[in-house]
Amino acid sequence: MGMRYFGTSVQRQEDKKFLMGQGRYVDDIEFVGMLHGAFLRADIAHAKINGIDTSAAREIPGVHAVYTLDDLGDPYPNKPMTTAYASPLLKQTICQHLLAKDEVCFVGQTVALVVAESRHIAEDALSRIVVDYEPLPAVADCRNALDADAPATHLGLDSNLVGNFYGKFGDIDAAFAEASHTFKVDFHEHRGGGHATECRNIIANYDAGKDETTVYLTTQAPFLIRRLMARYFEEDESKIRVICPDVGGGFGPKNGPYAEEFVLAIVSKQLQRPVKWIEDRRENFVATNQQGDQMWHMEIACEDDGKILGARGRVIHDMGAYVPYGLLLPATSVFPLPGPYALPALDVTLDAVFTNKTCTSPVRGAGRPNAAYAMERLIETVARGLKLDPADVRRRNFVRKDQFPYTTGGTLPSGDPAVYDSGDFHSLLDMALENAGYEDFKERQAAARQEGRYLGMGISSCIEDTGFGPYEGVKVKVQPSGKVLLQTGAASQGQGHQTVFSQIVAEELGVDIDSIVYQSADTGTVPHGVATAGSRVTANAGPASQAAARLVRKKALKLAAEVLEIDEDDLEIEDGIVRATAQSGRNVNISLGDLSFKLTPLMNGKVPDGFEPELEATSFTSSTGVPHASGSSVAEVEVDVETGEVKLVNYVIAHDCGKMINPMLVDGQIIGGVVHGIGNALFERMVYDENAQPMSMNYGEYLLPIATEMPPFEVLHQETPSPHNELGVKGAGEGGTIPAANAIIAAIENALEPFGVVVNDHPVDPQRICELLDEAQARSGAA
Amino acid sequence: MSEQLKDTRDITVTVNGKSYQEAVETRLHLADFLRLQLKLTGTHLGCEHGVCGACTILVDGEAVRSCLMLAVQANGREVTTIEGLADGEELSPIQEAFSEHHALQCGFCTSGMIMSLTAFIEENPGADEAAIREAISGNICRCTGYQSIVAAGVAVAAKQAGGS
Amino acid sequence: MKPGRFTYHDPTTIDELTGLLASLEDVKFLAGGQSLMPMLNMRFTQPDHLVDLNGIDGLAGIALNGAALEIGAMTRQATLMKSGEIAEHLPVMQAALHWVGHFQTRYRGTIGGSLCHLDPSAELPLIALLCDAELTVVGPEGERSVAMGDWPLAYMMPNLSEQEILKLISITPWGGHHGFAFEEISRRRGDFAIVGVGCQLAVENGSITKAAIAIGGADQVPYRLSEAEAALIGQPASEETFAAAGEVARQKDAMSDAYITAAYRQRLANVLTKRTLAAAAQRATGE
Ligand code: FES
Ligand code: FES
Repeated sequence: MGMRYFGTSVQRQEDKKFLMGQGRYVDDIEFVGMLHGAFLRADIAHAKINGIDTSAAREIPGVHAVYTLDDLGDPYPNKPMTTAYASPLLKQTICQHLLAKDEVCFVGQTVALVVAESRHIAEDALSRIVVDYEPLPAVADCRNALDADAPATHLGLDSNLVGNFYGKFGDIDAAFAEASHTFKVDFHEHRGGGHATECRNIIANYDAGKDETTVYLTTQAPFLIRRLMARYFEEDESKIRVICPDVGGGFGPKNGPYAEEFVLAIVSKQLQRPVKWIEDRRENFVATNQQGDQMWHMEIACEDDGKILGARGRVIHDMGAYVPYGLLLPATSVFPLPGPYALPALDVTLDAVFTNKTCTSPVRGAGRPNAAYAMERLIETVARGLKLDPADVRRRNFVRKDQFPYTTGGTLPSGDPAVYDSGDFHSLLDMALENAGYEDFKERQAAARQEGRYLGMGISSCIEDTGFGPYEGVKVKVQPSGKVLLQTGAASQGQGHQTVFSQIVAEELGVDIDSIVYQSADTGTVPHGVATAGSRVTANAGPASQAAARLVRKKALKLAAEVLEIDEDDLEIEDGIVRATAQSGRNVNISLGDLSFKLTPLMNGKVPDGFEPELEATSFTSSTGVPHASGSSVAEVEVDVETGEVKLVNYVIAHDCGKMINPMLVDGQIIGGVVHGIGNALFERMVYDENAQPMSMNYGEYLLPIATEMPPFEVLHQETPSPHNELGVKGAGEGGTIPAANAIIAAIENALEPFGVVVNDHPVDPQRICELLDEAQARSGAA
Repeated sequence: MSEQLKDTRDITVTVNGKSYQEAVETRLHLADFLRLQLKLTGTHLGCEHGVCGACTILVDGEAVRSCLMLAVQANGREVTTIEGLADGEELSPIQEAFSEHHALQCGFCTSGMIMSLTAFIEENPGADEAAIREAISGNICRCTGYQSIVAAGVAVAAKQAGGS
Repeated sequence: MKPGRFTYHDPTTIDELTGLLASLEDVKFLAGGQSLMPMLNMRFTQPDHLVDLNGIDGLAGIALNGAALEIGAMTRQATLMKSGEIAEHLPVMQAALHWVGHFQTRYRGTIGGSLCHLDPSAELPLIALLCDAELTVVGPEGERSVAMGDWPLAYMMPNLSEQEILKLISITPWGGHHGFAFEEISRRRGDFAIVGVGCQLAVENGSITKAAIAIGGADQVPYRLSEAEAALIGQPASEETFAAAGEVARQKDAMSDAYITAAYRQRLANVLTKRTLAAAAQRATGE
C-alpha cells in the first residue's frame, strides 16, 4: 500500500487557530472571580532577611491578600521543595522554600506574593512591601566557586560543591602514554535561557465541591508536575489536574517544577478563588531556569594522523543557587562526549557548583551542545596542532557504518551502556561538505583575502541520543460519528505533535487525517505521559500512536469480518470505510463509525460476543533502545577584521533523524534549532556583575537571533532508520542546536587563520574578536 | 473603592471594523485594552518593552507595537488585530502562506509577524527577501529560525506585485 | 510589568500645554512613546502626571522656510523617512533614519522624542548635531532657541527645563554640491548603535573645502569631531587624509559599560570615521 500521510509534508492541523488569533494560551483564559498575583522577588543575589513588612501593601484597595512564607501557613515554612531528579551523586541537594525563608540566594527568588483584583494593583502593592535585607557575599562566577576563599553561596555551607559527575571508560593512562601528540585546550561555554516567546504562566483554580485543584500551566511536563505537586502536598494525584493549553514555546526551562505553581495552588485553595500569575519578561530573565556556564580544561592524546586515543579533563559546571533539576544537566554534558567518534578512552570529571544565580536546568539540547562543543573543540585543536584538514580528522575518527550497533564504553544516566544504533557519519559529512562547496572554498578564500575580505568555513559533527524513555501514552478511539479521537500525554509547545501523530494514525488506521480529533496534555483526560524534552516525543509517542492505531484496526477488521460475513484478509480500510477488497469479488462495506456504534450500544443493544466495548486502544509502546540522530554542519562566515563583525554567509546541515514522518516539520525543528545554537555562539549572553547582580534583563541587552542576522539554511537529509522502533524514527528537536556553536566558532577561526586567532570561548562578540586580533598581533609583533 | 483612585477616560475606537465605546484606565496599554477589555486575545505580549514585536497591530493601517501605546491614544482610531484579517473562514494571503511554508510553530509570535508583514507588504508590494527580513527584524521568533517566515513573506509579496 | 498610576493629560494647543506645565509637578511627556512606554511598563519611571503631546496642534510637519527645513518635534520618523523634502535637502538624515529602530517603531517614534531622550547612540541627535540644527523650545516663559551644539548638557540630559518641551528643529542644509554618509555598527539590525558616525563633505578639485563629522555612541553625548573637521580643510580627499581623521576619532575619550569597552568604541569611531569620509567623498566627487 502506498503511503498517503507518512513521510509527506502535510500542512499542520494546528495552524488555523493560531493564524486567526484563536490560540488559547494560559493568559487568554479567564474565570469568574479570578484574581491576579504578582511576586516580590529578591533584588539582591545573597542576603539574610531580617524582616518583611507587608502592612502597607495590604492597605491598597483591590488587594486581597499578601503572603510571605509564614503567611502560607503550616507546614510550608518548614517544607522546602524537593528536587525533581534525586541522585546519589548529589552531595548537597539544597532546594528553595516556596517563598524565601531567612535568606535569599539569587536575584529573582520568590519572596512574597500579592493577590489582587488586577495585575496593575498587585504591582502597585509590591512596591509597598519592605524587606529588611542584610547583604551577604555572593558567588557570581562558577570558576571561583570552589576556591578556598570563595564565599558560601548559602549560609552555613562548608563547600559550594553540589556533586560530581564522571565520564570514564577505557585505559586513559595508556592512551596518553602511547600518544605521539597531546594537546591542551581550555574553553568557557555560556548558554543563556530558553526565551520562549511566551513566559511561564499559571492559573490555579480550586474547586471546593470536588476538593480538586486544576492548574493551567505552561509546562512541558504536565504529568511530572502533577506527581511532584501530589507528592509535596501529600495528596492523591486525582486531586490535582494539570492542563497545558496552547504553549508558546518550551525549549527546556518550561519543564519545571517551579515554586510559583505550588504557591498558586495553595493560595487558590486558601482564597477559594481562581488565581492567575503571568510571568513578565523581566521576571523571566531571573526567575526562569537558564543553562549557565561551564569551564572546560581538556587534554587530548592522538597519533600523527589525527587518530584520537583518549581525552581527559575537568569541567566546572554552574548549577545556580538551588538544585530543582538534580544532576540531569551535568549528566547530559558528559555522557554524550564521545559524539560521533570512536573514542578509545575518556576520563572527565565534572564539578557541579552552586553560585548565587538563577537556577539551571536544560535549555534546548541540555548539556549535549556543550559536550558536542567540547569534542569538536578537541577535533579542531588536533587539526590545528597537526596541520590537518579538520574534515579529515573527523573522518579518521568517526564510528564507521559497519560498527553499528556501537558501544561507546560510556554509560547513560539510566545506567545502561551507551550504544549507537545506526547512522552513516562519513556520508553525512560528505553530503554537508559537498553542498557547502568545501572543495573549492580554499580558492574562494584566497581570492577574498587578496581583497582584504576574510572568509571562513567551519565544520561540526554530532550525534544526538533521542527518544529516551520510558514512554508516552497514546489512546486511539473511533467514535460513532466516525471521528477518531487521538489522545496523548505529551504536551506540545509548537512542535506539531497533532499533525505528526495524526499522520501516523491516519496512515495506520486508514482514515482521512481531517477526521482525527486531537487531545493532549491534560492529566484529567489523556493517558499518562512523561515530558516533551530531549527530542523524545516522536520516538515514544510515535510508536505508541502506531501501535494503538494498529490495535484499533485489528479490532475493526475482526468485527467487520463478522458483520459482513467475510474473511478478514479480504478487507481493507480506506477513508474510514472497511470494505471488501477488489480481489475478494464481494461488494460490501461498513464504516468505522458504525463499527464503533456496535461496540457502544445503548440500553436496547448488546456488545457482539467475543468483543470488549469501545473501538479503542491505548498503547505505551516506545522505542526499544536509544535512537541516535546524527548530523554534520558546515558554516561559512565573513569577518570584518576592522570591526570584528561576523556575517553568516551560509549554513548547511546534513541530518539523519531516521525516517521522517513530515519532512517539512523536521526542517522547521532543525532550522529553529540551529538558530538557537547560533544565538549561543554569537549573541546570547546573560551578564552578571561580580556581586551576581544580573545586568541583562531586557531584549535590548540580551540579544536573541533575528531574521536579518541569519544566513540561508540548507537542510539535507539522510534517512537511516532506527532499528529501535518499527517506524524507524529518531528525534529531531535538538539536532540543529547541538553542533551549531563549533561550526560558527571554527568558521571564525578559519577566517582569521592568517592572524593566528583561536576563539575557543563562546559566545564571541565583535569586541572580543577585535581583542583577539590585537592579542594575536601583539604576539606576532613580540615574536 | 479602588475605582475612585483610577484615572479613566471614555474612548471610542473601531477595532476590526466594529466600533466600541469604552471607559479605559489611562495607564492601560493598548495591548492590555484589547486583551482584557475587548477579549481579543490574539494579540500577544512577549516582552512589554517594545522589542519582541509579538504585540504588533495596525493603527490606522500602520504597524505599531501595542505595548508601547496607551489605550487612550487609540481614541478615534481604527485598529486592526490578527482577529480582523480573515474574511470569515477565508484566510488572508499571508495567513495562508504561513501555513503553506510552515512559518509558525508555537504560534506565539505569529500574530505579530503576520501584522508586521501585512502592513509592510501592503506598502511595499514586490519586496525582496532582504526587505522582508528587515521588515520582521523587530519581531522575535524563537521557534522557526525565520527562514520559513521569510519564505512566506517573499511568496506573498511576489504574488501581490504580480497581481497589482 | 504594568505602569504605575499617573494622571493623564492630553492638551490640544501649546497654550493649553504651557498653562498645564505651570501648575503640575513630576511630569513626563509622552511623544512617540518608544522609549518612555517601556520605562513606564517596567516602572523605571513613575511620574504623577503624564502629558501626552500627540494631540497638540501644529507640533508635527515638515516645511521649507527659505533655506531652512523646519521639522515639527512631533514629526514621526516614518514621515521623515518618506518625505520628499528630506530626501532632497537632507539626504544624510534619510540615510540615518534607516538605522532607527524598526519600521514598526518608526511609525510612532518622533524626532523630538529622540532628541529629548538623548540616548548617546541615537541617530537623530547625531544628525541634528552634524547639520547644526537650531532647536526651538517652548515653556510657560515663552519660546527660546538653542543651538544643537548646546543641547546635550550631560548623559541623556538635554538643555530643557522640566516645564519646557521641544517644539521645532530647524536645519539649514548645506548648499552646493557635497557628499554625505552615515554608518553605524550595532550588534543586530535595528539595535542601538555601539557607535555611529555621520559626515558631510564638500570637495573641489580633489581637495576638501568643507567638512562636518558627528559621532554618537562613543561617549556620554554625541559630539562633533571639530579638530579633524578643521584639519581636513584643504587636504586631498584621500585614504591617508581620512585615516588621519579616524586617528583623531580614536584618540577621543570614550565611555565603557557592562558590555562594551572604551577601547572598542574608540576602534569603531576610527573605522567609521574613515569609512564615512570615504563614502562621502565618493558622493561629493562621483557621478
Ligand atoms: S510585547 Fe510589545 S514588543 Fe514585545
Ligand atoms: S512560532 Fe514560536 S515564537 Fe515564533
